[in-house]
Amino acid sequence: MNERRLPPVTQIGMASLALIVAGGIYLSSHLPNHVPLGPAVALLVASALLLIANFIALARVQGFAWNRFFAVAKWSLLAYVFTAGMIEYAFLRDHVSGGTLLVLTLSLVVYAVHVPTLMGFTVARYYDPEQEAIGGIGV
Amino acid sequence: MADVLAPPPGIEAEGLPPGAIERPDFEIVPRKGLIIVGVLAVLLIVAIAVNKLWPLMFLHVAGGAAWTITDLFLGLVLGPIIARMSIPARVEFTTRLMPKMVLIMPTVVTLTLAAGWQLGSKLGTVLSSYPNHGWVVASFIVVGVMSVIALGLLEPANIAVLIELKKPRPNPQVIERLMKRFIYSAGILGVMQIATLVIMTKLSAG
Repeated sequence: MNERRLPPVTQIGMASLALIVAGGIYLSSHLPNHVPLGPAVALLVASALLLIANFIALARVQGFAWNRFFAVAKWSLLAYVFTAGMIEYAFLRDHVSGGTLLVLTLSLVVYAVHVPTLMGFTVARYYDPEQEAIGGIGV
Repeated sequence: MADVLAPPPGIEAEGLPPGAIERPDFEIVPRKGLIIVGVLAVLLIVAIAVNKLWPLMFLHVAGGAAWTITDLFLGLVLGPIIARMSIPARVEFTTRLMPKMVLIMPTVVTLTLAAGWQLGSKLGTVLSSYPNHGWVVASFIVVGVMSVIALGLLEPANIAVLIELKKPRPNPQVIERLMKRFIYSAGILGVMQIATLVIMTKLSAG
């Protein structure tokens, strides 16, 4: 099994998801009252920074199986953009607007990018060139 | 139809039987199931658009029941059974179960949460003025924790184990590691579903 050292992409990804979930709970638990956006923005920024940190960490890995990563991540991205779109539709349907809508929309962007990243990483980390040489896979 | 897979080198050293591993042919994402998922997505969009009580209640309750029961059964009943199966039996069971889970879980979760949010907006139960608002926020937190575990651990493991099984020479150690992650995650989600049941019954009882 491929036991090379890899950055803690899954742990960072889960922390990033936890931050945007916390922001969403913070905003939704105060409805319909006006709520200061500062904490939600801070959580969103921290989450986005972790997403960027994950990509930088992955980009520095020598010989990472990017082809395998993208083969999985692109289809996952399609699925999670669809679910994010449905959530966004529900926000618009409920007349969420202004800064709250912006924070929630950007949170959905982080969610829709980070989950496929985790899927692609989990598959690519077990890529074995010897297995590939035998016959590849049909994703 | 079944494929016969050559065992990877060193498989005997891991205590696995010599010879080929047989696994049924499978699709990672069952294409026929996508039709059902599409129909359910359309039903959800229509239910939110018309904003009527019954369709929202139906999708929330039916989706929630399917989600809760699946998590409880998989995490607390099937999980321990799978963990005690032989590798060939586990491989066969996995190739039949996991592709279905790829479609079932995201679908029931989306139905439950989207219809539930719209239902809460319509009934006013998500508003901070609702008498049991603390319980509603508790449900947000439980669902939030479950979502992070499901999206960060369970779903990637589900996809990765299927892709490993699709290889001409799947590595049993990788499958073992990913299945362990899947089963532990499902177990945690199963236990957390008990909290969901407590909160939802409290909210229904008032």
